[in-house]
Amino acid sequence: MTTVKVYGPGCKRCETTAEMVREAAAKLGLEVEVEKVTDPKSIAMAGVMSTPGISIDGKLVHAGGLPDKAKLETWLSA
Amino acid sequence: MSTIQTHPSHPVRPDWLWHLGVAAFVVCWWLIYHRLQPLADWLTAQLPVERHSHTGEAIAFFLYDVPKVMMLLTLIVFAMGVVRSFFSPEKTRALLSGKREGVGNVLSAGLGILTPFCSCSAVPLFIGFVSAGVPLGVTFSFLIAAPMVNEVALVLLFGLVGWQVAATYLAFGLGIAVVAGFVIGKLNLEGWLQDWVRDIHSGAGAVDMPEGERLTMVDRYRLGIQAVKEIFGKVWVWILLGIAMGALIHGYVPEDLMVRIMGADAWWSVPAAVVMGIPMYTNAAGVIPIVEALLGKGAALGTVLAFMMSVIALSLPEMIILKQVLTYRLIAVFIGVVGSGILAVGFLFNLIF
Repeated sequence: MTTVKVYGPGCKRCETTAEMVREAAAKLGLEVEVEKVTDPKSIAMAGVMSTPGISIDGKLVHAGGLPDKAKLETWLSA
Repeated sequence: MSTIQTHPSHPVRPDWLWHLGVAAFVVCWWLIYHRLQPLADWLTAQLPVERHSHTGEAIAFFLYDVPKVMMLLTLIVFAMGVVRSFFSPEKTRALLSGKREGVGNVLSAGLGILTPFCSCSAVPLFIGFVSAGVPLGVTFSFLIAAPMVNEVALVLLFGLVGWQVAATYLAFGLGIAVVAGFVIGKLNLEGWLQDWVRDIHSGAGAVDMPEGERLTMVDRYRLGIQAVKEIFGKVWVWILLGIAMGALIHGYVPEDLMVRIMGADAWWSVPAAVVMGIPMYTNAAGVIPIVEALLGKGAALGTVLAFMMSVIALSLPEMIILKQVLTYRLIAVFIGVVGSGILAVGFLFNLIF
């Protein structure tokens, strides 16, 4: 079970990112739990400076802008 | 994490095809752009209205300005998207951390234009900067310049009002960001941050981001295209509304009305413009077509620029976001310092022009 955290204050791009993570996971047949982190303090503590950011099992893989679909799949399957 | 990876979701095209495509796009763009005025005149002539009537003037204005602005935006936003792919908040932070005030403020305001930035990540960015040892005043220079001097504002000013005004806006926007940040830095207000921000500041350092993989030129083109899609999705309604509004003012509002309300002789018009701008929250796209029309009807340049800067740089929703990291006292100082800068620019312009 993979835990994916999506960091962002809840703007549209963050919603889209969370949706993309779910889609990529479904495509790979992975079971993931997507958690949205919207509190600015927690976002900052995680070291994310530009949102949306993504961490997979506690490891930050992306920050700033929508992720690339192909890369997202690589991160998830790594 | 493997780095050698093709992009299965993108059809694979050779690089030269991309370069060729971009070059062809620029050439076509150029050819069409220079034929917009005759095209708009021809279209207006097809309509059953008198060209020199109020309605005719308004329609011709609308038909010329909409495609012109859309085309300028496409080109510049794409170019900026490509340029910005060379920058990132992480790199900018590394450049700014430990920089002395003064030099740091100038560098910070400049990087504010080039670094990709979305106002929804203002708070994490603020904390990221401050916790990595970027001085408070330098951070503010960045946060003021980033939204105020953006490519959408500059494109619209250039396209609708003229390059002189766009250049002055760029210079004074940067100037305000540098000076306001410098002043805030000199006031030593670190103690006025919210407590938890100070804790991060003194304690845990910033977490390092994974090394960004190297982007190819084609990746950068893609980022440019993504930027165009994103900006257009956000601003097209505002541009249409703004230009429609501008067209109405252009066609119907009598000339002397604006001279009286927003002319250079009414000294109170500059502060009034700044105060009116604070609760208004639209992006540059919505406000500039109105600016053009107001200028055309005799409103003073300084007053109009002050209004525009206030709308973009001092917005209430942004204050509410910043409240999470700043105390009210610090927000008040921020509004006071930036507001004074805008006032000064407004008065100065009315005096000079």
